[in-house]
Amino acid sequence: MSTKYMYSLIAVIVLVLLAYVGVEAAGLQIFFGVVIPYLAIITFVGGFIYRVMEWSRSPVPFRIPTTCGQQKSLPWIKHDKVDNPFTAVGVVIRMFLEILFFRSLFRNTKCELSEGGKISYRWEKWLWLFSLAFHWSFLVVLIRHLRFFLEPVPASLQFLEKIDGFVQVGLPGLFLSGAVLLVAAVFLFLRRVYIPQVRYISLAADFFPLFLIISVALSGILMRYFAKVDIVGAKELTMGLATFHPTIPEGIGGIFYVHVFLVSVLLAYFPFSKLMHLGGVFLSPTRNLPNNTRAYRHINPWNPPVKVHTYQEYEDDFRERMIEAGLPVEKEL
Amino acid sequence: MNDKNKIVAGLIIFAAIATFPFWYNMGKAVPVPEPKLSEKAKAAKVCVEPKEFMKSEHMQVLDVWRDVVVRNADRVYLSSSGKEYNMSLSSGEESCMGCHSDKVEFCDKCHNYASVDPYCWDCHIAPKEKK
Repeated sequence: MSTKYMYSLIAVIVLVLLAYVGVEAAGLQIFFGVVIPYLAIITFVGGFIYRVMEWSRSPVPFRIPTTCGQQKSLPWIKHDKVDNPFTAVGVVIRMFLEILFFRSLFRNTKCELSEGGKISYRWEKWLWLFSLAFHWSFLVVLIRHLRFFLEPVPASLQFLEKIDGFVQVGLPGLFLSGAVLLVAAVFLFLRRVYIPQVRYISLAADFFPLFLIISVALSGILMRYFAKVDIVGAKELTMGLATFHPTIPEGIGGIFYVHVFLVSVLLAYFPFSKLMHLGGVFLSPTRNLPNNTRAYRHINPWNPPVKVHTYQEYEDDFRERMIEAGLPVEKEL
Repeated sequence: MNDKNKIVAGLIIFAAIATFPFWYNMGKAVPVPEPKLSEKAKAAKVCVEPKEFMKSEHMQVLDVWRDVVVRNADRVYLSSSGKEYNMSLSSGEESCMGCHSDKVEFCDKCHNYASVDPYCWDCHIAPKEKK
């Protein structure tokens, strides 16, 4: 039992109860269905932009890209154009692979001391696999939810739903992305509990978003497959939000408000947390800069202005006297 | 030197994506669909189960019916009200579509709104639309 995740777990349970009791007992549908979601989206977009603008004030540092391949060098040495990019194109390809396929996680290894005191690095792909599954399924779930915010629903969205539900298990049909999201998020949680080194460095702020996302996924799955809520009413509410005509339809279950509240908390919490890696990944200096320091001079952006006096200027000042004294000059009189 | 221009461009893209539903629906009032009951359904007043139950569970009911009919050849459904019904989606008067005869006005109204695309009509022959 670690207090670090107990705090986070208790926080999420309190949030769930808050929304459920608030709606079912206190009748605060407008607060949890309209006010909170609007505040959350404002906090999310505004906070996100604010955070990134703060970062953007930092000068571009001297290039220290992490290199995983041969730097551009002599013509007969084979240059690795993506893993040690020299041009912007190489950087774009590297960033693209990093952001969409988490290439640096793919290189993850496990370091172990064997009994003979030998150190060994072992293949470790589980983190890569599950974080990829987690992020992609989360993206699909997010895009799928646009059906509640768009009317008419675009055909591309229906196409995505078709693919996501292609197993046609049960009715309403099982969406694979929801199940994968839940399983992957649980894996990411268990990883932090079971691996001692990772548990040691895990903080409450690492567990909180995981619990939040797990409970968002659980409440969503519960709503869709088990304690069914009135989906037309749910869309009426969300469309009201999206068209700025907020309404509270009758008879949507409390669990819907729990789901909306948890998502709102996630959105509002986003700019203040480690979740900002969504924006930060684009700004990682060790990834997004070409390794061209041998070819281009980096001028330190915070160098103070220095008044310089060049040799040419010096010679201009003293040319006559230098010639008189018999010193060599670059430019004769 | 800093990359403010590039970052601002990225943030504009982010803001556009994050607020997509707002400008997609800009200036649209979206009416909430109201499924229309046929005359026959109105006259019957009750479905096989209470309305609220049917509203949330009809897909489950149909799923179970399909399995029971196909696997056990059993077409009798005992409702919670004690009445017996013929289990069938679309054949004859004693079926779902026998009463809810207008698919467009009844089924599709909500299904389209919620972007639900059931695969009933992959196998069953959809009732002809009255033009």
